[in-house]
Amino acid sequence: MAKSLGDVVIDIEKCKGCELCIDACPQETLALAPRINQKGYHYAIKVQDNCTGCNNCALICPDAVITVYRKIVK
Amino acid sequence: MGIQVQEIPINPEIVQDENLLYCKPDTLTPKPFHYCPGCGHSTVHKILMEVVAEMGIQEEIIGVAPVGCSVFAYDYMDVDMQEAAHGRACAVATGIKRMMPDKFVFTYQGDGDLAAIGTAETIHAANRGENILVVFINNAVYGMTSGQMAPTTLPGMVSTTSPFGRDVHTMGYPIKVSELLATLPAVAYVTRQSVHTPGNVRKTKKALQKALEYQKQGLGFCLVEIVSNCPSNWKMTPLESNKFIDDKMIPYYPLGDVKVPEVK
Ligand SMILES: Cc1ncc(C[n+]2csc(CCOP(=O)(O)OP(=O)(O)O)c2C)c(N)n1
Ligand code: SF4
Ligand code: SF4
Ligand code: SF4
Repeated sequence: MAKSLGDVVIDIEKCKGCELCIDACPQETLALAPRINQKGYHYAIKVQDNCTGCNNCALICPDAVITVYRKIVK
Repeated sequence: MGIQVQEIPINPEIVQDENLLYCKPDTLTPKPFHYCPGCGHSTVHKILMEVVAEMGIQEEIIGVAPVGCSVFAYDYMDVDMQEAAHGRACAVATGIKRMMPDKFVFTYQGDGDLAAIGTAETIHAANRGENILVVFINNAVYGMTSGQMAPTTLPGMVSTTSPFGRDVHTMGYPIKVSELLATLPAVAYVTRQSVHTPGNVRKTKKALQKALEYQKQGLGFCLVEIVSNCPSNWKMTPLESNKFIDDKMIPYYPLGDVKVPEVK
């Protein structure tokens, strides 16, 4: 069966820690980092290696800081 | 630091150009949005510019920015833009479209801008059937000036100028702009959407694209109302504000098409 593997790259310095991506991810792949970025926001990071590349986080991210990759493997 | 969160590195086998599914469109400038965390203005800027990129009309579209939080829309949208005085965006867009009918023209306006100080300009542009797209962000408050009551503030909703909640007997009922404008015969397309879930973001994008296609066909005035949030002035987290949209805003402002053009 074809399987879709995904990954996300987050521009952490531009993330505002709004958490919308975390809530929108069906895989619970994302969480806020304990650290803060230069703006003072806790930024979103990947905490599980289970992204499917569904694109939900990128759709909801107001600041367009998430880049999504998806690979379909047989 | 109590919480233990382990960041997972990117997977170089997946993060390859050929697997790219989504990235910020070129039609947005590199400048980070000044909007508050989780603000719908950012999301709408993003998808509007994605539509412009996908339709390949970056050089053929002219936008009119409002007064309100999105007054600097021209700093982010990498297309030709004109700033209008408060509320006058539809009048400015009328002038631009009539001088340059081959260009796509849109306004981007908040509820204070479009439905309070700009009511006359909005209604008459719609009534004349000006062939423009109006993108209307309904966040139920005056965001920029710190959360005063807007024409769209919900009954009972607290704002800085309705500290005991909007009393409809003295302050009137919230205006349903979409339903109001849909009654005008020269208005081609009216739809109300939102950007508070990934599915709604998709639908709003589709609506914006449709409106621009109708403009190309010369069908006339198109309004895309977007029920949005203002976490800062609603005094909520972004997630709470999105729940408020579901629980309170959408019951009063139902989503969906209010008027669609007849297929020719
Ligand atoms: C002629 C004039 N009157 C009043 C103002 C003050 N003012 C600035 S923005 C604004 C309202 C903005 O609210 P809205 O259009 O809902 O946009 P938002 O900030 O919520 O996106 C007002 C009253 C102004 N700038 N110019
Ligand atoms: S692409 Fe989908 S699965 Fe992957 S992090 Fe984003 S929301 Fe989660
Ligand atoms: S949605 Fe975007 S800005 Fe908000 S926390 Fe996620 S990555 Fe950061
Ligand atoms: S004040 Fe409200 S509308 Fe303005 S940027 Fe902040 S959240 Fe958005």
